[in-house]
Amino acid sequence: MRAWLNRVAEFLIGDTQADRVVPPTGYTATLTLFSAAAMAFLAVFALALSLATGRLADQWGAELARSSTIRISAPDGQLAAQTEAALKVLETTKGVDTARALSSEEQQALLEPWFGPDLPVDTLPIPQLIEVIETEEGYDAEGLRLRLAAEAPGAVLDDHTRWRRPLVRAASRLRMLGWASILLIGAATAAMITLAANAALAANAQVISVLRLVGARDSYIAQAFERRFTLRALTGAGIGMLLGMVAIALLPSAQPEGGFLTGLGFQGWHWLWPLIIPVLAGLVAFGATRAAARKTLRDMP
Amino acid sequence: MIELENVAYNYGGGELLSEISLKLQPGSFHFLTGPSGAGKTTLLKLCYGALLPTSGQVRLFTSDVRDMERDDIALARRRIGVVHQDCQFLDHLNVSDNIALPLMVAGRDLLAEGANLKELTSWVGLTARAGALPPELSGGERQRAALARAVIMSPDVVLADEPTGNIDWDMSQRLLRLLIELNRMGKTIMVATHDLALIRAAKTHVQARVLRISNRRLQLAGADL
Repeated sequence: MRAWLNRVAEFLIGDTQADRVVPPTGYTATLTLFSAAAMAFLAVFALALSLATGRLADQWGAELARSSTIRISAPDGQLAAQTEAALKVLETTKGVDTARALSSEEQQALLEPWFGPDLPVDTLPIPQLIEVIETEEGYDAEGLRLRLAAEAPGAVLDDHTRWRRPLVRAASRLRMLGWASILLIGAATAAMITLAANAALAANAQVISVLRLVGARDSYIAQAFERRFTLRALTGAGIGMLLGMVAIALLPSAQPEGGFLTGLGFQGWHWLWPLIIPVLAGLVAFGATRAAARKTLRDMP
Repeated sequence: MIELENVAYNYGGGELLSEISLKLQPGSFHFLTGPSGAGKTTLLKLCYGALLPTSGQVRLFTSDVRDMERDDIALARRRIGVVHQDCQFLDHLNVSDNIALPLMVAGRDLLAEGANLKELTSWVGLTARAGALPPELSGGERQRAALARAVIMSPDVVLADEPTGNIDWDMSQRLLRLLIELNRMGKTIMVATHDLALIRAAKTHVQARVLRISNRRLQLAGADL
């Protein structure tokens, strides 16, 4: 490990003599720097998207998986009795941690976004809701439905499965899309750096020929290009990453009303994740330049 | 040192060189002559592994060039100094750095080699031009810088391709004297040239073997001169 770190340090510090033998190339340097910065900027957003959707999927998965609702619709005189009966059934149901009937204020708060704050809940035939929290093991939904049908005929159990699954699936797909975007960004970066490296190698064919003439090994020549493009990608990606992080930090903070969109960003130690982007960009640039340089050199006498 | 055995080289569908056998002994001095397009440059390139023969064997320091890895050829080239007619410099480096290029690629410490570099630059008479860029040099200065670069690693062999092609007679004589001096130091020299006057001038100072490429084959041409 130490030897490997030494090699990385030597590579980054470089050989000033070797660096001088390849002339500086203006447009490929700017091109590489710009494309690495742009790609890193996009990668920060793709990463934020992946992490945000991951959080959302986990949240929906965990919260909704452990809660369910019982809705009791009954004539006025029977509503309280059926609610009481349903709660008793739940008390004796294995796998139910807690169960409680929502107060009229809580029910009004749930309806408020649609009907406004002045809704006279008491005068309307609104069903009674019971919130059920499961234990880790969960309960037998079919068994509970049968018992409720016997004890409280107006009770309907909604274990959220119907709409929870597509939501969690959508969030997971979105997370995968984020990771796929990061992979595509990495591949596009590799392609662009390969093109820039090939252009630089072609522009320096005469230099390479002279170096071969005076006894330079392929590894010496390749390293001069590898180091140059790796450092450019590292620098460009570093700049792009910082700009991306600033842009993410300037997004509106998460609001319950905003839902998913305002939750796009990093939380806690997840802010460290983008730091990996310049390192990956450097590795991609190193690999792409190495492959391009070795291929070009193989074709030379 | 460098040995060619029954070598042929095809180029553009035709045979450019045929049945070439040549042995460069340590400390020998060879001139390679022949008309333009006869294959002098090709033969030199075969001698330092820049080209592979179509048939026959080329041995660099006892190793068959076909069996050598690219790195082995690079290492062999550090023992063979090459002077091209067009010199082949890196135009963004000054004369001193161009002369020191073989040291750089061999990973040698330029500070430690500083005295050697200065001495060599002075030997070819370019001390005052050490900081100049190659495009600022005259033809003779370029050739002398190329010779200095070719010998800075103290190679066993120096191959020069038309080194006097673009320079005047006085400068040719000066360059020739440097090559003869190198030969007296024990270096093996082979100079490709079509300048017969230069060969005649050299033969008064050094025992040189003159080879001519004629009709794709190599012949001893001493009797003509």
